[in-house]
Amino acid sequence: MIKVQNLTKRYGSVTAVNEIQFEVGKGEIVGFLGPNGAGKSTTMRMLSCYLPPTSGTAEIAGYDIFRDSLRAREHIGYMPENVPLPQDMRVDEYLRFRAALKGVPGRRIKERLADVCELCNLTDVSRKLIGALSKGYRQRVGLADAMIHEPELLILDEPTIGLDPNQIRQVRDLIRNLRRHHTILLSTHILSEVEMTCTRVIIINKGRIEVSDTPENLRSRLTKEGEILFEVNASDPAAATAKIKTLPHVKSLNSHRTQDWTRYLIQADEDLREDLHNLAVRENWRVRELTRRVATLEQIFAEITHKEDI
Amino acid sequence: MRRFFTLLKREIRHYFHQPLAYIVLFCFLLINGFIFQLGVGALNRAVSQTTVIEAFFDSILLWFPFLLTFPLVTMRLFSEEYKLGTIETLMTAPVGDLAVVLSKYFGALAFYLVLWVPTFLYFVIFHVVTGQAAAQSFSQYLGSYLLLLLVGMFYLSIGCLASSLTSNQIVAAVVSFALICLMFFLSVVTFVFPSADRFLGDIVYYFSTIEHMADFSQGVFDSRPIVLYVSLTLFTLFLTFHIFQHRRWRS
Repeated sequence: MIKVQNLTKRYGSVTAVNEIQFEVGKGEIVGFLGPNGAGKSTTMRMLSCYLPPTSGTAEIAGYDIFRDSLRAREHIGYMPENVPLPQDMRVDEYLRFRAALKGVPGRRIKERLADVCELCNLTDVSRKLIGALSKGYRQRVGLADAMIHEPELLILDEPTIGLDPNQIRQVRDLIRNLRRHHTILLSTHILSEVEMTCTRVIIINKGRIEVSDTPENLRSRLTKEGEILFEVNASDPAAATAKIKTLPHVKSLNSHRTQDWTRYLIQADEDLREDLHNLAVRENWRVRELTRRVATLEQIFAEITHKEDI
Repeated sequence: MRRFFTLLKREIRHYFHQPLAYIVLFCFLLINGFIFQLGVGALNRAVSQTTVIEAFFDSILLWFPFLLTFPLVTMRLFSEEYKLGTIETLMTAPVGDLAVVLSKYFGALAFYLVLWVPTFLYFVIFHVVTGQAAAQSFSQYLGSYLLLLLVGMFYLSIGCLASSLTSNQIVAAVVSFALICLMFFLSVVTFVFPSADRFLGDIVYYFSTIEHMADFSQGVFDSRPIVLYVSLTLFTLFLTFHIFQHRRWRS
């Protein structure tokens, strides 16, 4: 559905997106993650044919975004960040205008309008002026606009930003329902959202793709890795430290002594709690804490995106 | 083509969704009515060869409200879309850049025509009240309104150009007003320096909207101004189209 090759965008001397490559297949929901300024919006704007790329190509449904721009746009429903909308139109009027603009045949406009209004819960406000709507409704108008011409691909730039938790849940459910008919590329800061809705996660930082994987794979990577907190009272702390170090899978170890107790912070790429327990029993250490801190997606994200370039 | 008309319809509607349109329309008719009344009053005071239509259209007063309307009509065309960000949703819909530029231009032109249509009533009312014809021949009406259309086409294209340059409506208005005044007041040069160089005088005459109106309101159709305004309009629209495209490239 989307095929991106060496896509680059430079603003003067600043490289916003640097030679990214990825593919999105039909029916996927891909979450685009990254800190502010990572190049998410720029990438989405290029894919939606708004910004011309500096170099590289991308294809949407087989159409080049640059050479066959108009054709490509027919297959895309795009919702920009902050959902810009005209203030002076009524909701139904705006959606009708957008439908006609996107080439929905005249006789089908009414039907499409009813469909998207129902899907996005807009039926009650369809006669209201857009300028008078709350943020949540405006967001839904933007979503309805993106879907009105039944595009195969939806590109949603931060669809849940600025919404309250209930609205976020509604939008999330909506997106999940859309999966049957659309391929979706969405960007967000909210990691839990990605875990809940997406079939694939692309983490982008400083214009480059750092990770592209399914949430399951990411999670399994996460459940293996972790920090273990282990606090013991051993007769010979130095020997204890050495013993712990010899356990398999231990990557690094920090210790901190307060009187008789030694507190270890162990980095490992497997769950070592059982091994540590067995060790303590064998050595006759007294244990008062054994905890595992699982890295969350959040931590992985922070780790990836804070990594300094060499 | 269908998309162009969808956009055009939207543009025209957009004018009438805003109070500004009605304020402009109201003031425009009020001031023009006043100018018309002054013209008729002047004719009443002295014996004259001029017809009512000449007294109205070939009057220097006419041009002041006239020049002011263009920035007001065109300033929001592109600027507002840039500012609101709706340009992004517009340009990611499957519409070409040319269709967008032309729909905005013709939308403004349509509103401009709406501004002028009621002024024809002045002449009808004059005719009904006095029982006299406001013009010697129909070609005087035709000439006057044709020239208004031609000049309007050109000035509106200048307004489009100014609006495509900036996301600030005030800046767009000021730029277009300055450009329009520059074009218009070229013709005043001949009043200020009547003895200017003959060659220069010819050039100024060729560009002088006031002189063109003097001819056209007498029912004299000169092809030179027609060619001038049409070609200037096309050129300015061409520039607008390229500036509009360039903005996205540059960003």
